[in-house]
Amino acid sequence: MKELRIHGRGGQGSVTAAELIAVAAFEGGAYAQAFPAFGVERRGAPVQAFVRFDNKKIRKRSQVYEPDYIIVQDSTLIKDVNVFLGVKPGGIVIVNTEKKPDFKVPEGVRLITIDATSIALKALGLPITNTTLMGAFAAASGEIQFGALENALKHRFPGELAVKNIAAAKTAYDSVKGAA
Amino acid sequence: MMEITEGSHAVAEAVRLCRPQVVSAYPITPQTHIVEALADFVANGKLDAEYITVENELSALSACVGASAAGSRAYSATTSQGLMLMAEVVFNAAGMRLPIVMSIANRAMGAPLSIWNDMQDSISLRDAGWLHFYAEDNQEATDLHFLAFKVAEDPSVQLPVFVCFDGFILSHTYEPVDILTQEQADTFLPAFAPAEKLDAKDPISFGMYATPEYYLEFRYETNEAQKRAKDAIVKYGKEFGALFGRDYSAMIEEYRLDDADTAIVAMGSMCGTIKDAIDEMREEGKKVGLLRIRVFRPFPIEEVAKALAHVKRIAVLDKNVSLGSRGGATAIEVRDALYGSTIPVKGYILGLGGRDIRKKDIKEIVSLCEKGIGDQFYGLRKELI
Repeated sequence: MKELRIHGRGGQGSVTAAELIAVAAFEGGAYAQAFPAFGVERRGAPVQAFVRFDNKKIRKRSQVYEPDYIIVQDSTLIKDVNVFLGVKPGGIVIVNTEKKPDFKVPEGVRLITIDATSIALKALGLPITNTTLMGAFAAASGEIQFGALENALKHRFPGELAVKNIAAAKTAYDSVKGAA
Repeated sequence: MMEITEGSHAVAEAVRLCRPQVVSAYPITPQTHIVEALADFVANGKLDAEYITVENELSALSACVGASAAGSRAYSATTSQGLMLMAEVVFNAAGMRLPIVMSIANRAMGAPLSIWNDMQDSISLRDAGWLHFYAEDNQEATDLHFLAFKVAEDPSVQLPVFVCFDGFILSHTYEPVDILTQEQADTFLPAFAPAEKLDAKDPISFGMYATPEYYLEFRYETNEAQKRAKDAIVKYGKEFGALFGRDYSAMIEEYRLDDADTAIVAMGSMCGTIKDAIDEMREEGKKVGLLRIRVFRPFPIEEVAKALAHVKRIAVLDKNVSLGSRGGATAIEVRDALYGSTIPVKGYILGLGGRDIRKKDIKEIVSLCEKGIGDQFYGLRKELI
């Protein structure tokens, strides 16, 4: 079983990202489970969402404490929340930042930084980075195929909005693939 | 067909497929997504039902009582404080023998206010006369709605049903669920044909005044119907299994219990985590098994006693507490089922108000039980007491 933990702030679409990643994984033939950390939803407050992937039914219901993957939607969270807590050796951390990292991830963990905010602003006209980071996650983890992600986005968002979100995800996907 | 969707949405789909004629509910977290979806279905013509919007939960269940007494298949959904606002009607619905089905996305009771999960809400109404079904996952949360209407409406039963599933932990989780087609649902669950109903041409009364010469017999009859519900659950649970491959005829589920020294007894979504913990403990050489209770009312007394007869010790995990007693409702029931036996039964109150339950907690509880330590609140933060 592989586990993903998404850190964001209320309003950044972390829960939606978790759901759509699970939908895309399911399309790819995996068993997937997505759920939010059941906090008090307020815009701007730190939130978490989780995804589990397996090739058999997932029974475990606890939150994710030792993730294989971490997505950080907002790098300002790093000083407030221990976002890297419990990440497994060999794991992958994806952080949205336009700066050079001034933080350290644990030993043996791969760090990918991406300026998702700029990509989202360009593609969507809004600093909503969840779909962009889903593209980066698909490229970095291999847990979901880009085609399945595209279908999940088409299913969730109407017409033009889906096209824009797919474009944002694709830019990030290509950028991470290119850097690898 | 298998699809991946949110628990609440899967439940709403199942309810739609059950073709309720009247839906009346009031939104409350974490149940809201269910009634929102049902309101959408009615507005978009996907469900041919009367959706009665009301000012609160007391009215919601009252509307269902009227609809059911008039011969309609009636449905509601609620949780926590909403259920408590309904409480007097909860008793009335059972006393009037109305086969209403209500989803409960289990949530803690205030005060202090908590929107998070435990089972205090439905468990606190265990004596009202409703049948209680508790789901482990969203497949079961979905399927149990079909079984609920079928059992509730059986002429030998005629009792309302709570279909309970853990708020947030199941209601807000995306996972694969096999949702029946309308044709499949109709095969299993035909239209409601009430034995008695309100009819202006042939007037009868429901829920009349009962003087001391009559009241005792009404409660007795309701209890007899609870007993008969066991047979109906076995019969229709088997029928569901024959049709769709998922058999719900057993009121309990046994997991690696055959040769277990330590038995864990629990209900609901924590049983998934418990099963994973048991697999790990088994690898470490500990003979641990699970007895999961799916039907809490009627309580499967004989089945529980039989399934636990061979074990050395029992740890009962409760996401509720009967304050002022020795523990939680499940532990009290298990002790009753085992009355006269010398097997030690220890109760553990955990997970209240949404406190996360992890595999390591289950392992620690098993260790405590082995040492004879129990009948306690598990996982207390000592610095707060």
